[in-house]
Amino acid sequence: MDVAERFAAGDPEAFEALFRQYQGEVFRWIMRIVRNSAAAEDLTVETFWRVYRAQARFRPGAGSFGGWLRRIATNVAIDHLRRNRTEVPLPDDLGMSASHPGEQGEMRRQILSALGKLSPRLRGAVLLALVEEEPYEEIAQALGVSVSAVKLRVFRGVRILRKELSKAGVHP
Amino acid sequence: MSEREIEELKKLLKGTLDPEGDAELRRDLWPAMLQRLDARPVLVPWWDWALLAAVIAVFCFFPGVIPALFYHL
Repeated sequence: MDVAERFAAGDPEAFEALFRQYQGEVFRWIMRIVRNSAAAEDLTVETFWRVYRAQARFRPGAGSFGGWLRRIATNVAIDHLRRNRTEVPLPDDLGMSASHPGEQGEMRRQILSALGKLSPRLRGAVLLALVEEEPYEEIAQALGVSVSAVKLRVFRGVRILRKELSKAGVHP
Repeated sequence: MSEREIEELKKLLKGTLDPEGDAELRRDLWPAMLQRLDARPVLVPWWDWALLAAVIAVFCFFPGVIPALFYHL
């Protein structure tokens, strides 16, 4: 019996083993969506808390534990974006560009502001597809939707971003 | 919208936000998880909520019982 099967059978030690095995992976995945390490740590714990509570719903034969876990992590991260609707964390080096610090910083601020205007579902898809360059299949699996639905979300996100950026005078 | 436009926007976004794929977890989160598991939520049985709802409903539909209740308390 592997660890996931033991977890499904209610073994508490298996839960700890899975936590230790997957915490880093879950943290990195959540970081790709929320882009804030403190929040990503809290959300990693929240993800495993939901996993623990949903133990009875996990069917080892129906799919991999990793895939199930990633889907829960994605939902937790999207819920976080929903609660913090317009917040897009600013990179530490914002405005520190060598040539035109003020101008560059302002442009980046406008880009982040435009990203903040996307709905959490669109923002998640855009960040994963365009910034993290995750394959569409993987994003679809994590979001629990089809590949064409992911492509549509990215397309809609890009369209809104371009509109918001041209309103702000930024032309990609 | 063309693929080229999507690529241009991708370039712009990647120039603003660095990929976080290599972010490292700096501490073990198991102690935080244990704390979360130990913090038992205050569970109110459903029948207590039903009783409370029934009392509120009685007060709303028959406000005359409120002074009578206080009289008997």
